[in-house]
Amino acid sequence: MGSPGLHIRIPGLTIGTWPVLGGFALDFAPGQTTVLLGPSGSGKSSLLRLMAGLLPLPAGAELSASDGGPVTSRLAWMAQQDLLLPWLSLQENVVLGARLRGETPDMDRARAMIAAVGLAGREAALPAQLSGGMRQRAALARTLVEDRPFVLMDEPFSAVDAPTRHRLQELSAKLLAGRTVLLVTHDPLEALRLADRILVLVGHPALPEEIAVPAGTPPRPAGDAALLAAQAALLERLAEAVA
Amino acid sequence: MKGAAALRLLVSAVGLVVIWYAVVWATDAPHFMLPTPRRVAETLLRQWDIIAGHALVTLAEIVAGLLAGAVFGMATALLVMAWPPGRRWLLPVLVISQAVPVFAIAPLLVLWMGFGAASKIAMAAIIIFFPVTTAFYDGMRRTEPGWLDLARTMGATPRAVLWRLRVPAALPALASGLRVAAAVAPIGAVVGEWVGASSGLGYLMLHANGRSETDQMFAALIVLAAMALALYFAVDRALTALLPWQPDSITREDTP
Repeated sequence: MGSPGLHIRIPGLTIGTWPVLGGFALDFAPGQTTVLLGPSGSGKSSLLRLMAGLLPLPAGAELSASDGGPVTSRLAWMAQQDLLLPWLSLQENVVLGARLRGETPDMDRARAMIAAVGLAGREAALPAQLSGGMRQRAALARTLVEDRPFVLMDEPFSAVDAPTRHRLQELSAKLLAGRTVLLVTHDPLEALRLADRILVLVGHPALPEEIAVPAGTPPRPAGDAALLAAQAALLERLAEAVA
Repeated sequence: MKGAAALRLLVSAVGLVVIWYAVVWATDAPHFMLPTPRRVAETLLRQWDIIAGHALVTLAEIVAGLLAGAVFGMATALLVMAWPPGRRWLLPVLVISQAVPVFAIAPLLVLWMGFGAASKIAMAAIIIFFPVTTAFYDGMRRTEPGWLDLARTMGATPRAVLWRLRVPAALPALASGLRVAAAVAPIGAVVGEWVGASSGLGYLMLHANGRSETDQMFAALIVLAAMALALYFAVDRALTALLPWQPDSITREDTP
């Protein structure tokens, strides 16, 4: 697909008088999935919001794409809540981006993506008529319809039950392959299954730290021995970061 | 379930009539002070033509005032939301305007707009304007922040954010404002009629009171209350039907 990479450099981020993030620079390789972990309040969501343009970049910060093009107009955002509009049908929710930009939505693509997340036949349903897992799949379809090279996900599967989460991880790894993805999570297993690269935010103010990723391409099977061993080690590392 | 609700209403009505009779009997009040329910019912039947004629005038004033107030209220809320200078200049004026009691300006309205329906419609419209404006404006301001974040990352135009996100998100709040408006609009119309009118239930009641025809006054009052209730429930039903996605947590009658 040829998605460009991303680069961010910040001199630090302070929210109110509280220093959240320290100064650092990160490069996100083209077409790779980077997973950002860290204890609650470590600033992982803040970093993601900075990159999404939802928080103003602090003075001296720099956000750029490896091909020199714009960033904020080429990204798709997926949050912990499905953020479906309760008054719109599933299909209309999926094409929301085009509607909000005043463009004519591509209904064929919308139907294809709804089918890809396994919701074919439910196009006319209102969000209230769908289960939590189905709504999160609808949100994934909406993200895919946007067809952006950069995808930023903020704990996208944390509000659903474990088996649904497992299936959603597989689905998103398959459908988002080739894009430059930044995924924030607090679930070590999710990180180890989906990541090409894992970063843990530690310390105060927080700095990113590389964590080794098990062999194999995502989505890695959850029962893999190396993955389970890595999960135990990662959990230890996160627990240290909290202490 | 519907039958049970109707039965409860009937029991409440009978209970009120019994209490009414008990008060008349206990105080031994003369009929020009407090008529018996029977006397009021007889007056209502005998003078139905006159009362119904006045009631139609009042109903037309209430409905016209409700429409005018709702339209002006919604337009003001949209203006204040979409146009920042409007917010800075208009919002304080709106709040200050509420410090003037509406009842105090009723004589002025009659002086300016005459004894006809116009002054009563204006009165009802003014009294509901503020609740409609604030309900709609607050609803738009309290749009789920996550939706606004999503719209921002999607590159939404400000116009689309207003019409496709904020306005639909505010409709349940606007509906609450319109319910309040339906309940208070009759007050505006009747106060207008008290101050100066040649027809309407308020006019009828004022004159019945002056002639000590308390039974006619009660009959007019009952018709007015019935009209206000019918209007409220009609508006409530219509709004619920128009907003099917609005969550209603009281789905069962025994919900605490």
